Amino acid sequence: MTKDLPEPEKLSQIDLTMPETGWMDTPALFKKGIFCHAARSKDIEVLNMPNPRDWRVEDDDWKLPENWQDIIMDGLRERLEKFRSLRIFMDTCVRCGACADKCHFFIGSGDPKNMPVLRAELLRSVYRHNFTGAGKIMGKMVGARGLTEKVLKEWWYYFFQCTECRRCSLFCPYGIDTAEITIIARELLNLLGLNIDWIASPVAKCHHVGNHIGMEPQAMKESIDFLCDDIEEITGIRIDPSFNRKGAEILFVTSSGDYYSEPGIFTCMGYLMLFHQLGLDYTWSTYAAEGGNFGYFTSHEIAKLLNAKIYAEAERLGVKYILGGECGHMWRVLNQYMDTMNGPPDFLETPVSPVTGTRFENTSSTKAVHICEFTADLIKKGKLKFDPKRNDHIRLTYHDSCNVARGMGMLEEPRYIIKKVCNNFYEMPEETIRERTFCCGSGAGLHAGEDMELRMRGGFARANAVRHVRDKHGVNMLACICAIDRAAFPTLMEYWAPEVGVTGIHELLANAMIMDNEKKRTEDIRGEDLPNLEPEDKGDSNV
Amino acid sequence: MIGITYALIAVIILILVPWVGVQGLGLTCLFGVIIPYAAMAIFFFGVLQRLIKWSCIPNPFKIPTTGGQQKSLNWIRQSKLDNPSSTGQVIGRIFSEVLLFRSLFRNLSPRVGTQGTGVTYASAKWLWIFAILFHYAMFATLFRHLRFFTNPVPFPVRFVEGLDGWLEVGIPEVMISGLVLLCAVFLLFARRLVIPRLRYISLMNDFFPLFLLIAIAATGALMRYIVGIDVSSVKELIMGLISFKPVMIEGIGLLFYIHIFLVSTLLAYFPFSKLMHAGGIFFSPTRSMANDNRAVHHENPWNYPVKFHTYQAFEEEFRDKMLEAGIPLDDTLSSSTGKE
Repeated sequence: MTKDLPEPEKLSQIDLTMPETGWMDTPALFKKGIFCHAARSKDIEVLNMPNPRDWRVEDDDWKLPENWQDIIMDGLRERLEKFRSLRIFMDTCVRCGACADKCHFFIGSGDPKNMPVLRAELLRSVYRHNFTGAGKIMGKMVGARGLTEKVLKEWWYYFFQCTECRRCSLFCPYGIDTAEITIIARELLNLLGLNIDWIASPVAKCHHVGNHIGMEPQAMKESIDFLCDDIEEITGIRIDPSFNRKGAEILFVTSSGDYYSEPGIFTCMGYLMLFHQLGLDYTWSTYAAEGGNFGYFTSHEIAKLLNAKIYAEAERLGVKYILGGECGHMWRVLNQYMDTMNGPPDFLETPVSPVTGTRFENTSSTKAVHICEFTADLIKKGKLKFDPKRNDHIRLTYHDSCNVARGMGMLEEPRYIIKKVCNNFYEMPEETIRERTFCCGSGAGLHAGEDMELRMRGGFARANAVRHVRDKHGVNMLACICAIDRAAFPTLMEYWAPEVGVTGIHELLANAMIMDNEKKRTEDIRGEDLPNLEPEDKGDSNV
Repeated sequence: MIGITYALIAVIILILVPWVGVQGLGLTCLFGVIIPYAAMAIFFFGVLQRLIKWSCIPNPFKIPTTGGQQKSLNWIRQSKLDNPSSTGQVIGRIFSEVLLFRSLFRNLSPRVGTQGTGVTYASAKWLWIFAILFHYAMFATLFRHLRFFTNPVPFPVRFVEGLDGWLEVGIPEVMISGLVLLCAVFLLFARRLVIPRLRYISLMNDFFPLFLLIAIAATGALMRYIVGIDVSSVKELIMGLISFKPVMIEGIGLLFYIHIFLVSTLLAYFPFSKLMHAGGIFFSPTRSMANDNRAVHHENPWNYPVKFHTYQAFEEEFRDKMLEAGIPLDDTLSSSTGKE
């Protein structure tokens, strides 16, 4: 953790008093620890995006093109004609304030411009000034202001303080979705090359190499082979997954976070063990090696560009359908965008579970099944055997990942799996779970190192609820189905709720799953000794 | 905060204009006929134009905000209202928003403890209550006013009027809806004053309609309960207006002209203001679209092809490394050793 970060006791003292000056007259002060580094020119060049140059956020001169105002205004005008969402969200807000205290960044920072309504007003004020009669004539009196460099910088500062989690949109009486406004505002900022490094770099690598971390194909295979070594050690079973194999029935896509860093790799071991146990005819791809899509945090076009590889690869390999791993925004894109952006994939078939015969009619067009849907079906049909006692050292709570909760509505499937594989499960307070879940504070590309204070502030509401169940029920593990969560939570928990670990659902599943011909398990998936496991427990399993 | 002052001044001016116009200059025709006609035309064409504008802009993506369990496996209970997957369910969701303000009903208020004790959440239904009271009282009041627009007055209008006066207090009877309307608008206004963050986000655009409504309701109440007005003359004037055979009636009190001028202002203001939220809710893509994304293809009318990094280019670059790692290739012949 960075040394500049204040202690939790200090950070949790949140000042909710509003500034003396009105928000238009209160300049955005760039605070270290809140903003991310600027994107580098080479990453912008790879994608032929506008205005590649090296610049620093701290500098006064952001090296904008001469006609930057025209570029933004033309861009805004174009998007107002292309996105009904944007136009409606600009026109209908009544500033009722229902959204104001729903944002995790506002709860954790008290900065009024982190209220979703004001975040939107940052853009809406410029919309009023340039696109409405009253705004043109009456200006500031009716909340309108022209686009100046100060305004542009304020946009940048605050639209990179939104994780596009949509919690505000749930509570808005008109469904105004700040995620949509942030997505489009970032799209406008990208017209001037104003991305952040933590988004632009993964995008460039994903485009060119195939995943966010730029892991080359042989390294990816090696990494997964390593996981198979670990599995062999724990279970005595050798798994030999295939890569880029033509004629496989299923293409499996997940976030790269699952195969390169802890604790994601344990979830990945869970996938590998499950697929092996089922004898699933599936393949990994080193080309479509990334389910996550940081293009989605850049612009719709870049989202489409990165996403296109998944269908292209599915077609090339001749698979029947796509199975997707545990990832949050990956599933917002797969669920709400992929079919529209790059489909319909007529070369694929409506997914049918080869084990249970269940037809996934809910994805008869997109042809992509979420692994939790797939696994819940397996368990319901009695195709897997478990010994949940192997998870008895875990006292679990579950975090609904924002995109999966509010951009899809997958709430019960993961819980069904959890309850079958884990005996000690405790929900967090109901105001903080399911559709009302709180973001980890690091989504939408903000999971960098330099904005640690922002991440800790943004994750405060989530961590606070975890701390509650930790103190009340002795919870020591937080499950989630999102790769960014798995990357962000360990730091967040260490800061706000120490002694709580982080896991994916398929790690828990693999711990409990009884595999054919496995040796007696003495270690969990992490290679740690299984406590309290008496020899006679072995045969006593739940089905 | 200056927004309050501007809004207040604006409404005071709007009261003075007909005062001077009618009392001082005797412009009854302007204020009784021309301005109401103009306002109605602006309202009608303005709203129409806005709705047409909205409906002409495409929804490139299907982006419902899902507020409950999706439709997936048949043994998992779908939350049909909060996560609709069919048109019928979407209509149900929209009507739960329009008639019951479902999203507002969810409202929670976090309480941040001092001394780092964390955050707890409490249900906060005040805004929902104020909003429901306001909108239904507004509706009842408008509906009652139909008696000025119809001859004979149809049964439902008389019925509502009867219901509205059930208290049977005062002469003429006190109409609950008018009273509630005035109270609710005042509460909505008080909210904006009392809650610091609401005061911070409020613009003149937020105070102006509230003041205007207070003035309209107040002039209405004055006419009904205190000053008194020749109702039959008013009806004659209005019937003349709506049948496009305007007649000038002498001797209708000044209050009526102020009332109708403020209403005209509200009508003319409506299409260009946040009051269009009334229509916007039906167009909001996060509420008006079904979460059947993966089951039914949604076409983006302006979708265009992009040049993504192809597998062939990828294989070209990593051929040797893939070959060495035993990853199958499409084009095994032109391996770089063969090329050289």
